[in-house]
Amino acid sequence: MVLQIISNGILMGFIYALVAVGLTLTWGVMDITNFAHGEMLMVGMYTAFWMFELFSIDPLLSIPISTLVVFLLGVLLYKLVIKRVLGGSGLTALLATFGLSMFLKNLAQFLFSPNYRYINGAIVTDKKIVLGNVILGLPQVVAAVGSIIMTLIIIYFINKTKTGKAIQATALNRDTALLMGIDTDKIFAITFGVSGACVGAAGALMSSFFPIYPQSGGLYSIIAFVIVAMGGLGNIKGALYAGLIIGLTEALGGFFLGTQFKYALVFLIYLIVIQVRPKGLFGW
Amino acid sequence: MVKNIRSLIILIVAIAILPLIFKSDSFHNVLVLLLIFATLGEAWNIITGFAGQTSFGHAAFFGIGAYASSVLFYRFNISPWIGMFVGAIFAAGVAAIISYPCFRLKDSYFAIATLAVAEIIKQLFVSWDFVEGATGISLPIVDDSLWHMQFNSSKLPYLYLALGLFAIVIFICNFIENSKIGFYLKAIRESHEVAESIGINTTNYKTYAMVISAALSAFAGTLYAQYILYIDPFMLFTLDMSIKIVLLTVLGGIGNIYGPIIGAAILIPLSETTRIVLGGTGSGIDLMIFGVLVILVACFQPKGIIGLVQKIVNNIKKQKVGEGKVETNS
Repeated sequence: MVLQIISNGILMGFIYALVAVGLTLTWGVMDITNFAHGEMLMVGMYTAFWMFELFSIDPLLSIPISTLVVFLLGVLLYKLVIKRVLGGSGLTALLATFGLSMFLKNLAQFLFSPNYRYINGAIVTDKKIVLGNVILGLPQVVAAVGSIIMTLIIIYFINKTKTGKAIQATALNRDTALLMGIDTDKIFAITFGVSGACVGAAGALMSSFFPIYPQSGGLYSIIAFVIVAMGGLGNIKGALYAGLIIGLTEALGGFFLGTQFKYALVFLIYLIVIQVRPKGLFGW
Repeated sequence: MVKNIRSLIILIVAIAILPLIFKSDSFHNVLVLLLIFATLGEAWNIITGFAGQTSFGHAAFFGIGAYASSVLFYRFNISPWIGMFVGAIFAAGVAAIISYPCFRLKDSYFAIATLAVAEIIKQLFVSWDFVEGATGISLPIVDDSLWHMQFNSSKLPYLYLALGLFAIVIFICNFIENSKIGFYLKAIRESHEVAESIGINTTNYKTYAMVISAALSAFAGTLYAQYILYIDPFMLFTLDMSIKIVLLTVLGGIGNIYGPIIGAAILIPLSETTRIVLGGTGSGIDLMIFGVLVILVACFQPKGIIGLVQKIVNNIKKQKVGEGKVETNS
């Protein structure tokens, strides 16, 4: 039984990690606390939903589509809004992203009504994997595997490609990066887009087993904030490990203390970890 | 010697006269909410505007204030006036307890810690049967009386209570800003290390700021509960509530005692009007427009409205100085 809980927690942890990786990129590189992150996730979920409803494209196959859609949304939001608030204080940027979050949430409500929607009859729906005593839902397994792959792609992109190195350089020092001939404006646009791509993929992966509604992103964005701060701002590896810790805490806390306390425990774990490592697990 | 007293008194008298000129109930309603949120903004301004420690968890103190008085009235029939102070003491206690561990953290890590504390408190209230958990408390309706802080026939008494509280809080903020503790807090905001190096006990002063701020937020919470007469954890303790407080202060001008009232004077009527005009359909279009307006302010007036006002005042002063020079030259 405990093994079952732990495996569920780990599966959920990988999905949280992917959402948090997206957030840690914008937070660490651009110093923007993106309150619209959860809403970008919601856009990813809706994209997968409408692809399935209108064109019968399975959520698994629409992952590239929703990734691309939210990537473009990220670039667009950067060009229209974020670019203008970059120079100001952190709280001004917060004001802008909060406005964005409100706008996107209510645009979804305006266009699609506040009803809960589900994807029924996707390839993975209601299938299970049985490993001894442990029964794993196929949607969760696929989502976790997909999240791992996407996270690895992001890690590869940041560490190995030229653009990724430029992003790292910009994160370290914006002005020096500019002096070295890096087009920081373009880098920021790409970073915001990649951050969107993460939640786009996560949205499509989650859409087969989570309800889709305008407020669906809210809880994940709060949890992602905690994960990012726990792992250390801008640290992808930190976000991955912290995501796993949060996933496990949620599953074990829900089992031993009752589901109503599981999120309280998640936030408590953050407060404890941050006492030992005041700048997050991998922060410096 | 305290500055600004005269302009503050003018401001408060002006607000006090307004409802006597405009007598519509909806205007009074907006004004009550405006004053409550301006009070919250002032309280938040102490810890974030003066001391520079961003708190995303002020909804917790606001909620504790609302719950303390409501539970005492609902369960034991104790006057909200007593509940108000009980709430303030509880909120101050919570603030003191979380301050020590949280103030070791810097910047975003601190902000997320306050958010985490607020979320934990919300979860506790949701599953606490004594305070009716997720159902929330509907306050029993009694005859109009000052002692029970309930006035069902007119909004004016609420308005003057809210104004009284706002006046007290803005005077406290003004006093803090111009006192030794205010200068210490600003030193901490500008540079934590330098403040420590000149001998300021940063943790102590940040804790004072947090405790005062929490207690003042709790007062506003009690008044809000008495005005709405219904409370539940999901309307009080959410991140949206915390951010609303942040929003109106940043909008008005952070770190300035006039900031919150200016921000509230723009934000609250705006959200109430869009809600009344467009919100009836439940389509969310009112909040869409509101979101766009917030984005526009952030993009084009990043220093808040007070920044704009100061710019204009400076320009006028410059012009006057310029004119004066011309005269002396000729």
